[in-house]
Amino acid sequence: MKSNIKISTQELNLFYGAKQALTNITLDILENQVTAFIGPSGCGKSTFIRTLNRMNDLIDGVKITGKVIIDGIDIYDKNIDVVQLRKRIGMVFQKSNPFPKSIYDNVAYGPRVNGITDKNKLDEIVEQSLKRAAIWEETKDRLKSSALGFSGGQQQRVCIARCLAVNPDVILMDEPASALDPISTSKIEELVHELKEHYTIVIVTHNMQQAARISDYTAFFYLGELIEYDKTKKIFTNPSNKKTEEYVTGRFG
Amino acid sequence: MAYIILILLIVVIVAVYFFKKKLSLTQNKKINERFFVSLTGLSAVFIIVFIGYLLLHIFLLGKGSLSWEFLTTPPKDGLTGGGIFPAIVGTSLLVMIMSIIGVPIGTITAIYLVEYAKENSIITKSIRFAVNTLAGVPSIVFGLFGLGFFIGVVGKQMDVVEANNRISKMERVFEQQGSPFADDGKATGTEIQQLLEKNDKEYWLKQTEKIKILTEIYGAGNPIPKAGAMKFFKERIQPNWGQPSLIWAALTMALLTLPVVIVSVEEAIKTIPRDLREASLALGATKFMTILRVVLPGALPGILTGTILTIGRGAGEVAPILFTGVAYYLPDLPKAATSQFMHLGYHIYVLATQSTNVDLTKSLQYATTFVLLALTFVLNFTAVMIRSKIRRRVGNNN
Repeated sequence: MKSNIKISTQELNLFYGAKQALTNITLDILENQVTAFIGPSGCGKSTFIRTLNRMNDLIDGVKITGKVIIDGIDIYDKNIDVVQLRKRIGMVFQKSNPFPKSIYDNVAYGPRVNGITDKNKLDEIVEQSLKRAAIWEETKDRLKSSALGFSGGQQQRVCIARCLAVNPDVILMDEPASALDPISTSKIEELVHELKEHYTIVIVTHNMQQAARISDYTAFFYLGELIEYDKTKKIFTNPSNKKTEEYVTGRFG
Repeated sequence: MAYIILILLIVVIVAVYFFKKKLSLTQNKKINERFFVSLTGLSAVFIIVFIGYLLLHIFLLGKGSLSWEFLTTPPKDGLTGGGIFPAIVGTSLLVMIMSIIGVPIGTITAIYLVEYAKENSIITKSIRFAVNTLAGVPSIVFGLFGLGFFIGVVGKQMDVVEANNRISKMERVFEQQGSPFADDGKATGTEIQQLLEKNDKEYWLKQTEKIKILTEIYGAGNPIPKAGAMKFFKERIQPNWGQPSLIWAALTMALLTLPVVIVSVEEAIKTIPRDLREASLALGATKFMTILRVVLPGALPGILTGTILTIGRGAGEVAPILFTGVAYYLPDLPKAATSQFMHLGYHIYVLATQSTNVDLTKSLQYATTFVLLALTFVLNFTAVMIRSKIRRRVGNNN
């Protein structure tokens, strides 16, 4: 089965002031696949994932050249409505960041800010999103209690549910399990596997085993450049680039 | 007394200095530790004793006058008796109106400064400069500003507009069908009175005295020409806004406390983690939505802290309201925003300096001070309670 190209970046450069953080990144991300970005700290993988929903716009002094094309449209075009874009490209952050509100209000936040006020509709979205994020069983009796009272792993899945509630096509995950214990991590990984049926998933990870386990494609970043991008299996068993080989075999990083 | 305290303080400082030197030489950490624990503890005790003494002093000297009657009746007998009810009401109203005006303006300014303004732009710099300057201006200057700007410019202009409306309305009444002026342009005082009462009861009914004067000028029963009557009334329109009043005092006070609100709200907004803003934006919320639904609810305890500080300051300041609305003696409660009012702080000053009988007013004066302290405490306490309740709800601890 050949997938369609969902996201395509062309000669993407990113500068923080005078410092160049990304150099000439050109890659295609396929629809309904899990694409993992790996690389040592500071290699630009997190910066790169944040260019895909224009999260870097929030940081002063960031300059971007090149193109990011999602569904055939350049998202850095000046006519693009960033708010509409972010509705389609969901994001899960490294540190679970639920709002200091109830579980229900957390998940209903996205639909609410997008204008849904009907109680029944919201109930339905909340339930469905929590089910999809595999946290419904643990939260269904405590929907009105504060999200901050749950464990880190549960909070992260609530954040995933919150992200699913706005019904995005793409989910960007920036090291979603790096702060979690092994059991919570494996739950998130299972979830990623289930979600890829409906969503295109891009995941940044520090953990190479994790990338190998859950992704279909892997991109290796080093010092702001894309060193190698291929099927995950190939990257981990037979990389073409020496640098990649050194990294995946644990010789540096 | 003051000298003794000063000397004691110097002795303590010198002693601390030498002890510290000596102790660090002996390397006896335990004694060192104990010494500083008791020193810091003593300082704390000193403050508590001082405040306790102050409160007790005020209470003991004032308790003879404290009674239910004192709280619920106006002063009487040339300020040597009666109560302070109008001053309590006046102070509370002033503080409330001040907060209602000042807190939203301060909050909105703080939001702009933190969320929208570009750091180091000229606008941001000038706003910050203005806020810092405001914070440093002596409060009496605010009073003068209130008098010069709010009363002298804004209020006066409002009066001009209002007077013109009145006069043109009067002119219409004089010219309408069936008016006694209609046939020959003249009418007697009685006719004018009836005409005005019929058309604008509320306002012109109060003008009976003026019509009497007008009638006397022209001689009883003589017809008065329209132009003459109009000129007469125009000259005698009472200023309504262009005089010291509750609203101008509250506005002046709001201006005075604005920096306090801005700074505390700014600090509160800054404590909202970047994570939460990003989470909101990543869900397709606009910046405005993010501020409204994530930033402001999280900053609410801080906004309330600002309000508490504002109230504390507002209840105690007298200088800004001196020229802008406070009254020396006013047994009636303020009826409108344009009424003058009595104020506890000012009343203490009046009792202390303007009394006709010092022995009689002394206890009243201390009782008033006690009430002012108690009122400030109650207002603060209420605000603190509300804040802790909200804090518990939003789970934010700033």
